[in-house]
Amino acid sequence: MVQLFPFTAIVGQDEMKRALLIAAVDQTVGGVLVFGDRGTGKSTAVRALAALLPKIEMVQGCNYHCDPAQAGRDCDTTCPANLAGNDAIQVERCPVPVVDLPLGATEDRVVGALDLEKALARGERVFEPGLLAMANRGFLYIDEVNLLEDHLVDVLLDVAATGENVVEREGLSIKHPARFVLVGSGNPEEGELRPQLLDRFGLSVEVTTPQSIEARIEVVKRRDAFEQDPQGFIAKWAQEEAEQRERIEAARSICWTVEVPDAVLGKAAELCMALGTDGLRGELSLIRAARAHAAVDGRETAMLVDLKAVAPLALRHRLRRDPLEEAGSSARIDRALEEFLGE
Amino acid sequence: MNARADIDTVWRDALTAAKLFAIDPLGLGGIRVRAAAGPVRDAWLEACRGFLPDKTFMRMPAQISEGRLVGELDLAGTLKNGRPVHQPGLISAADDGVLIATMAERLEPSTAAVLASALDQRTIAVERDGISARAPARIAIVALDEGIGDDEAVASIIADRLAFHIELTAVPLRCVSSQPAGPGAISSARDALKQVEVPHESIDALVATAAALGISSIRPALFALRAAKAAAALRGSARVMEEDLQLGARLVLAARATQIPTPLEAVEPGQEEDTSTQHEPDKAEGKDTLDSDNKPLEDVVLEAVTAAIPNDLLARLCQETSVHSRAGKTSGLAGPARKSRMRGRPNGVQRGEWGRGARLSIVDTLRAAAPWQRLRASPAGAQPIDCPSHGHIKVRPEDFRFRRHAHRSEALTVFIVDASGSSALHRLAEAKGAVELLLADCYVRRDHVALIALRGRTAEIVLPPTRALARAKRGLAGLPGGGGTPLASGIEQGLRLSLAARRRDQHPNLVILTDGAANVARDGTTGRRRAEEDALNAGRHALQQGLPALLIDTAPIPSAFAGRLAEEMHAKYFALPMANAEAVSSIVKSALAQTVKRE
Repeated sequence: MVQLFPFTAIVGQDEMKRALLIAAVDQTVGGVLVFGDRGTGKSTAVRALAALLPKIEMVQGCNYHCDPAQAGRDCDTTCPANLAGNDAIQVERCPVPVVDLPLGATEDRVVGALDLEKALARGERVFEPGLLAMANRGFLYIDEVNLLEDHLVDVLLDVAATGENVVEREGLSIKHPARFVLVGSGNPEEGELRPQLLDRFGLSVEVTTPQSIEARIEVVKRRDAFEQDPQGFIAKWAQEEAEQRERIEAARSICWTVEVPDAVLGKAAELCMALGTDGLRGELSLIRAARAHAAVDGRETAMLVDLKAVAPLALRHRLRRDPLEEAGSSARIDRALEEFLGE
Repeated sequence: MNARADIDTVWRDALTAAKLFAIDPLGLGGIRVRAAAGPVRDAWLEACRGFLPDKTFMRMPAQISEGRLVGELDLAGTLKNGRPVHQPGLISAADDGVLIATMAERLEPSTAAVLASALDQRTIAVERDGISARAPARIAIVALDEGIGDDEAVASIIADRLAFHIELTAVPLRCVSSQPAGPGAISSARDALKQVEVPHESIDALVATAAALGISSIRPALFALRAAKAAAALRGSARVMEEDLQLGARLVLAARATQIPTPLEAVEPGQEEDTSTQHEPDKAEGKDTLDSDNKPLEDVVLEAVTAAIPNDLLARLCQETSVHSRAGKTSGLAGPARKSRMRGRPNGVQRGEWGRGARLSIVDTLRAAAPWQRLRASPAGAQPIDCPSHGHIKVRPEDFRFRRHAHRSEALTVFIVDASGSSALHRLAEAKGAVELLLADCYVRRDHVALIALRGRTAEIVLPPTRALARAKRGLAGLPGGGGTPLASGIEQGLRLSLAARRRDQHPNLVILTDGAANVARDGTTGRRRAEEDALNAGRHALQQGLPALLIDTAPIPSAFAGRLAEEMHAKYFALPMANAEAVSSIVKSALAQTVKRE
């Protein structure tokens, strides 16, 4: 078993942690894209987040871990809720799934395909669910997302847009729910992302190596301590991790009731207009992220500070590219924030 | 230090690196060995194996398929047994061993990324061909890098994860000596490794040293620390001492330096006035403090590293502050460009017939055949049989599925920009703008761009081929102009990049922005006539290689020489006295559309 470095022990990288927490609290914000230098702990952070995610209720035996409250309405015919009826289902509590889409994965394993074993041995035509099914209601993590093969990107785009995976292959005709939060990480030096894929990410983060010597020293020290004695290190951080987990649970429970005053909505709209972000998606994820941010802080009302904290995350990757602009997207957002929110 | 002693040190350091690696293969990740194939490299590899008698070494060719790398369906086994049989890939086969990546500079980006993820996670996830599996993959990598110059090197995502970067190119065979370490020494050091204590200030010193050398990634500092621990364990010491830190920092950090540290006196004024720079490290056991002098530990470590920065790297760092100065040597180019056959990224499967070069997708073929096995097993369809024909699978031609490959028709546009003379600054700025516009426009099509600046005595590759806008921006920022116009050398460099690109199955194009006033010859001497003659010659070379070219004449009055050069190169010629970024990029785009055939 591979030991995971605790999320709370990651030095600095506040923006990345904030984005991941927001996604954990409100999955409708959309995915998180983490782009940055080598060795900044991108994948460490994403994998560590899995340990903090709360348990959710699911129908036992369902390939897509569907929600008992939905009683199979969303699910396909193999779901126990549809096979045996609503009263017969067992409910289990499991952690929110975090599924890794490894490099070199083939399409059949991503979308699901004919179960080869059953087909060969028994001549049965059975659908074997793929990674998209496993990620339903959870997270799908793609490291080195800019190296993902084009035909897989096409599949992801289609499924992410509809929340449904339609499989038409090998004589199978299957449709199953596949709603997941896409989390991608990569190094911009390996190339850019397709704009359509970029658009699927609600939040984007640019991580850089910590610049201060002190922070760097702390990174190396913690890493060294972790390698020297993983169990001991994890035990040392267990308290912090538990607290963080509780904060996420608490935030999840209040997130939907957090109020967003008209003043905040207005400012959000002004900001998006001024920056010329394409479409409504940016504004929507901006507001949702601000709400989740307030929830993480334990507040019942979203405020301008929330907007300010999440605006770079929600809008950075939605700005029209202006290659001749030296400053980059973050600086433009900062300028606009200053203009509209004062200070 | 004379040259011979220097070379000896290189070899000794290479052996020491191998030894430390043998003590902690997983922690140190591996070694990048830059050297041509030959007896010196073989001797080093032999020594390395000698230090690791208990590990298996497996060779991995650069063009390994993804299936072989991570695991795939075993056709023979599947057909024999009538059920899917998984054949583990090379990475899981090399678990607890060492992968030797041959010609590592040629690794496909996707292969490099898979290896990097295995190094990070020490497990490998397989999600392909109907197989879903996790297997341990505690591998270390020895990357044999035969690249020449800086444009050909091991992918940085791999290089960053390998502790040691050694360079054996300059080591002659006569310097090769063996330095056996009894296997007992290595294994007892391995046992002792866990107990080695690290004083806090040693971490501080290593991190500060890495920062002073301009190393931006945090991994090298961590590697230097692990190397120091291994060194301490090898000495039989239970505590990391100054000499271990020096050794670890020297072996790990020196080759990665991107800047010369500011002189120590400037950092710590008044700290040291004494002349004793060469002090014996205090080896006394049980001593609690590390510093043997009153010098801060960081300075001691930094000094050791600075002294060990390879000469060529040092020269380059002194010459240029920019990391992106690529004044590579002209490489001996290998033969004519190889034509691509069935390369490219796999892109789904399709039905079809056997054809030339078509590659069968076994899994999809079996999948297509699977549902029909019962029917095929009983010809009349009469009596049902329990086991379909005793484990034999009947595959018919209509089941065949072939891999579709997305043919890579990537283009590389090499800009050669005249950065000299009166309008240099303006022209350079517009060229930069054009490059960025093209990149911003190209990133969907995955086109690459490179930029060569003509200034002073030689042409300089300011931006090596890239399609990353972020990287291009960094490379182009603050590029100064001025000096002569070494047009010949610029075309030569462009040709070199282009031919390298062809070997990667890209379509290169040259775009030359100049006012035609070539005045520096190939050998760096000034003089208009020689310079023009050389430029025309270089242009003819480009034509011989069939390199499409575009010449944008930026002179106020169209230059006769520029016209002639374009003619010799069969280049498209545009006179554009007030070249601006938009105009240049649109000309280039329309010219590209004609020269590069896209699907």
